[in-house]
Amino acid sequence: MAKTLYDKLFDSHVVREENGTALLYIDRHLVHEVTSPQAFEGLKLAGRKLWRINSVLAVPDHNVPTTNRSKGVAGIADPISRLQVQTLDANCTEFGVTEFKMDDVRQGIVHVIGPEQGATLPGMTVVCGDSHTSTHGAFGALAHGIGTSEVEHVMATQCLVQKRSKSLLVEVNGTLGKGITAKDVALAIIGKIGTAGGNGYAIEFAGSAIRGLTMEGRMTLCNMAIEAGARAGMVAVDDTTINYVKGRPFAPKAEQWDAAVAYWRTLQSDDGAQFDAVVQLRAEDIQPQVTWGTSPEMVVGVDGQVPSLDLAKNDVQRADWERAYAYMGLKANTPINEIQIDKVFIGSCTNSRIEDLRAAASVAKGKKVASNVKLAMVVPGSGLVKAQAELEGLDKVFIEAGFEWREPGCSMCLAMNADRLEPGERCASTSNRNFEGRQGQGGRTHLVSPEMAAAAAVAGHFVDVRQFV
Amino acid sequence: MIAFSTLDGLVAPLDRANVDTDAIIPKQFLKSIKRSGFGPNAFDEWRYLDHGEPGMDNTKRKLNPDFVLNQSRYKGASILITRENFGCGSSREHAPWALEDYGFRAIIAPSFADIFFNNCFKNGLLPIVLSDTVVDDLFEAVEANNGYQLTINLAEQKVTTPDGQAHTFEVDAVRKHNLLNGLDDIGLTLQHVDAIKAFEIKHKSAQPWLFN
Repeated sequence: MAKTLYDKLFDSHVVREENGTALLYIDRHLVHEVTSPQAFEGLKLAGRKLWRINSVLAVPDHNVPTTNRSKGVAGIADPISRLQVQTLDANCTEFGVTEFKMDDVRQGIVHVIGPEQGATLPGMTVVCGDSHTSTHGAFGALAHGIGTSEVEHVMATQCLVQKRSKSLLVEVNGTLGKGITAKDVALAIIGKIGTAGGNGYAIEFAGSAIRGLTMEGRMTLCNMAIEAGARAGMVAVDDTTINYVKGRPFAPKAEQWDAAVAYWRTLQSDDGAQFDAVVQLRAEDIQPQVTWGTSPEMVVGVDGQVPSLDLAKNDVQRADWERAYAYMGLKANTPINEIQIDKVFIGSCTNSRIEDLRAAASVAKGKKVASNVKLAMVVPGSGLVKAQAELEGLDKVFIEAGFEWREPGCSMCLAMNADRLEPGERCASTSNRNFEGRQGQGGRTHLVSPEMAAAAAVAGHFVDVRQFV
Repeated sequence: MIAFSTLDGLVAPLDRANVDTDAIIPKQFLKSIKRSGFGPNAFDEWRYLDHGEPGMDNTKRKLNPDFVLNQSRYKGASILITRENFGCGSSREHAPWALEDYGFRAIIAPSFADIFFNNCFKNGLLPIVLSDTVVDDLFEAVEANNGYQLTINLAEQKVTTPDGQAHTFEVDAVRKHNLLNGLDDIGLTLQHVDAIKAFEIKHKSAQPWLFN
């Protein structure tokens, strides 16, 4: 029978299956400081060991400061944050886990460093105690976020108790217009199916527009699958995938490489494979997207306006939108390009890779951040992304334009470190969630692509990036 | 894990769709390396008038009188009813930890986000999916009747209203069994050590590069 990519990945990892519940073998376990301390503690209390130490790769990212890192962990000002990073360091030492510590050039956001190191490979099952683990599905891997109890479970057993998800094919055919990015595709999909649209599903992204995306773009897209409610998003393997993986530190070498590639080429849905649901978009219809509210589904094209209540689908949504207007300080029918911003954040596991920084720099080059913008910051996804950007002179482009150039980490995507919005501040952000309080209590987040964030920084308000490119 | 069999509990309403895990437990409390003590900070940004940080004495903070769970009639509630896609966003298990520590043992909604739904079962917290119409009716009943209680019977998969109306709900057989008996997933999985080892050998010979 013709199989979907999801079926192939799932089936090839089933240890046992009973009454629709499978024990699924996990190939790669990525770990960060926030969701792991209780799992390590649980292992210690039960006297359990890690099942396979070399399947685990750890990195601190959520709590790390993005300025003045010269003192290392000891330099983290917040004592509770510092203790959490120290706890990860101590646990990794005790259990013998490979960790890229704060002072390691390879340190960065867990979902950036996995692929960058080749620790994420096609055909793998990848888990992490972090919902944006869906990112790794870009490689034709089955990857999703898990809770801390499951982190402990995978550490102790190398397996996860799983039921099969339903399958959703999201097909985007055609050619994306100039200045239209994977982020806009992701937001357009969420705008269409809603943040609960993917609940219970694993999404496969396909179609000519997806084939045309780079690996960075595919990672951005799969990263946002969770914002559509789907735990996992994935893209079939092709030359783009294989070329990206080749030569990375954890990638197979020599004769293993050829065997791996031969297998990876089978990682796509068979012709005639049946999906439980199909959604189609035309690439040509996708505009630069800007969220206006407090959920990623509250999104419109940059030439649109904040929707009015008569467009809401029911009373529950009407109430949601009214709360969102109040929280965001916006009125219905306000044109998006009249919304002024206070801060700009370019970074996060969604948009902090080298291609994202190149794209933002190309818009910012030779221009200045507008005077009403209090802070525009660029936070590279990893130490290696930062080094590459500096090699290309992107840091200078940003600094000359008035952006701050920071050290790698999750930063203001969720504001666990010192980077945050103050109450009422409005931010053009390349991150993934515009929830109330996400970037700081009372902060107002508008999700956009890196190009759109850079354009907003320069204009002081949202503006169609196609005027710049 | 604490077992769950039956529950007679006071119901509290949270009439919002898409309640995300950032709202259930804001990020600053995720810096804790413990798994308990999150209850006083559940819904922190909605519940208090000031900005909450770890280490504050929450009993001295000013409550937001407009937040529904602060109404005295809902004090001691162990069942939460809410709207679609509850628990969306981050995978933080601190969300069910906070709800459980607050005193909730069951949450009723028309739908839940997948990761949150899964995390609940690991913590003795029962997420129950009922239809939009039933949830609408329950919201009306809770708001109209002070001290409104529901009876939840997991073995029978039933939610019963004070007037005797019973609504059945679906629950996966394995999860139900584990929750009824308070079983630890890791212990159960480790009963299959031989199967895992056998799989691992086969997997390694097919894809040795995964084990480098």
